[in-house]
Amino acid sequence: MPKPPGKSKLTTRAINLYYGNYHALGDITVEIPECAVTAVIGPSGCGKSSFLRLFNRMNDLIPTARVEGEAFIDGAPVYGKDSDAVSLRKRVGMVFQKPNVFPMSIYENIVIGPRHHGVKNRGELDAVVERCLAQVALWDELKDVGIRNKSGLELSSGQRQRLCIARALAVDPEVILMDESCSALDPESTMKIEELMADLACRYTIIIVTHNMEQALRVSDMSAFFMIDGDKVGRLVEYAPTIDMFYAPKDKRTEDYITGRFG
Amino acid sequence: MKPTKPPPRRFNFRGFKPREIKPQTVEKIVKGFVWSVALMVIAVLISIVVFILYKGLPVINWGFLTEIPRKMGREGGISSAIAGTLLVTAVAVFIAMPFGIGTAFYLAEYTRGNTVTRVIRFSAESLAGIPSIVYGLFGFIFFVMYLNLGWSVLSGGLTLAIMILPTIIRTSEEAIRSVPNTYREVGFSLGGTKWQTIRGAVAPSAVRGIANGVILSVGRSVAETAAVVLTAGSALRMPASLSSPARTMAVHFYILATEGISMENAYGTAAILIILIFFINIVANTLINRFVAKGR
Repeated sequence: MPKPPGKSKLTTRAINLYYGNYHALGDITVEIPECAVTAVIGPSGCGKSSFLRLFNRMNDLIPTARVEGEAFIDGAPVYGKDSDAVSLRKRVGMVFQKPNVFPMSIYENIVIGPRHHGVKNRGELDAVVERCLAQVALWDELKDVGIRNKSGLELSSGQRQRLCIARALAVDPEVILMDESCSALDPESTMKIEELMADLACRYTIIIVTHNMEQALRVSDMSAFFMIDGDKVGRLVEYAPTIDMFYAPKDKRTEDYITGRFG
Repeated sequence: MKPTKPPPRRFNFRGFKPREIKPQTVEKIVKGFVWSVALMVIAVLISIVVFILYKGLPVINWGFLTEIPRKMGREGGISSAIAGTLLVTAVAVFIAMPFGIGTAFYLAEYTRGNTVTRVIRFSAESLAGIPSIVYGLFGFIFFVMYLNLGWSVLSGGLTLAIMILPTIIRTSEEAIRSVPNTYREVGFSLGGTKWQTIRGAVAPSAVRGIANGVILSVGRSVAETAAVVLTAGSALRMPASLSSPARTMAVHFYILATEGISMENAYGTAAILIILIFFINIVANTLINRFVAKGR
């Protein structure tokens, strides 16, 4: 059941993103509710991932990227002089499409974030590892195999993606961005991660990008539909509670996209 | 939609002799070719090593390893040459490593292609192609004469450091660049600064490649003759400090062989040199596997 939208965690006001001369996102204004799952859907190349990366300023890593407009997290500006991308990313975690664990032990994979933020005490790190692995339901599966010696690469891809989620949780973020995080996984692992999203949504604000309409319908409270318009700019076509969007889309383009995918 | 049936074949090729060679046959020919080429290369390498060891091993005994050369190397051992080799190489590697690896990280991580990077890269590539005798001449003029370091372990080490710098820069930069970009993204997404991301996410995956470059450089330093004879000298005494002159094993057997002093001892020295290089490789690889490959 969709929760009634509560407080807004993230907001954007007429935000535009350019890669050099290419105008990737045009005039996006949204309010992402706190402690809910928001799904970003739309055809390939419409700027879904770019939109997601606005919130943790990952677009900054691309030399030609330029952002105009405003984005806020808890009312504080994400872009501008007073904000710092490094401390922002501690609050806004990210899980990527591929389960990209580092070629290190499971333990090392998780403590890398806390170590960035100055946690050195071994007991504290141990506690973080246990908490995060438990949160992604890996603790019971892995506690006996030696998380200090077993490489993250030895896990199955589903386990690896959950390890990546645990790694993101280890820095104690407030927002988790998931960029097609299930698209490389088998149905069973996908299901586990979806269950995980539902659990995590009690405490974290989650935004997912997905190509899977059923997944958006299953896990999300709000949905945002993006599409490239006539001038090749990615735009937000419709933003509504997921149930409303899937069963009573207001925009013809949304309806076409959703039904096209189902049919 | 149901899968459509493939369209019916117009011709039946059975009974025709195909004009082209079958791909399977080509496969066999190619496989045979690469196999025999590889075998020949290995055979050449092995025969060189076996020949040197066959000629050199009979000379080697405890005295050969522990005594200093007497009568220009006709008698006695090569202990001072072993020490000279190790010292000169150690100086070279310890000086070249921080500069080389630092430059590589700068080129690969901290800068996008600009004039400065192009200049650095072009210099590194040009330096890699310069014959070692030129480095020797430069080292002789600059370190030995101008800086007045004399023929010494230090002069030799500094000269070799400059010589192996391009190798370290290029192999390290390649190793750093081959780390998938997703690792960097993850590092940043966890709230890491640039340096934290490099240290935590990029460097652990690049260490093996960087270490391979360093090992390669160690091998080159150990085997170098021309650049060393001009800068470290060819003293037979045991080097007492970094400012004493020293003779490396490569220089020693070059002199033994070319001046007709003792072919037996030249082979003995060469055998020790080969064994030393094998030993360095094995130790280095063991260390890398022990400390780096934990997660692989």
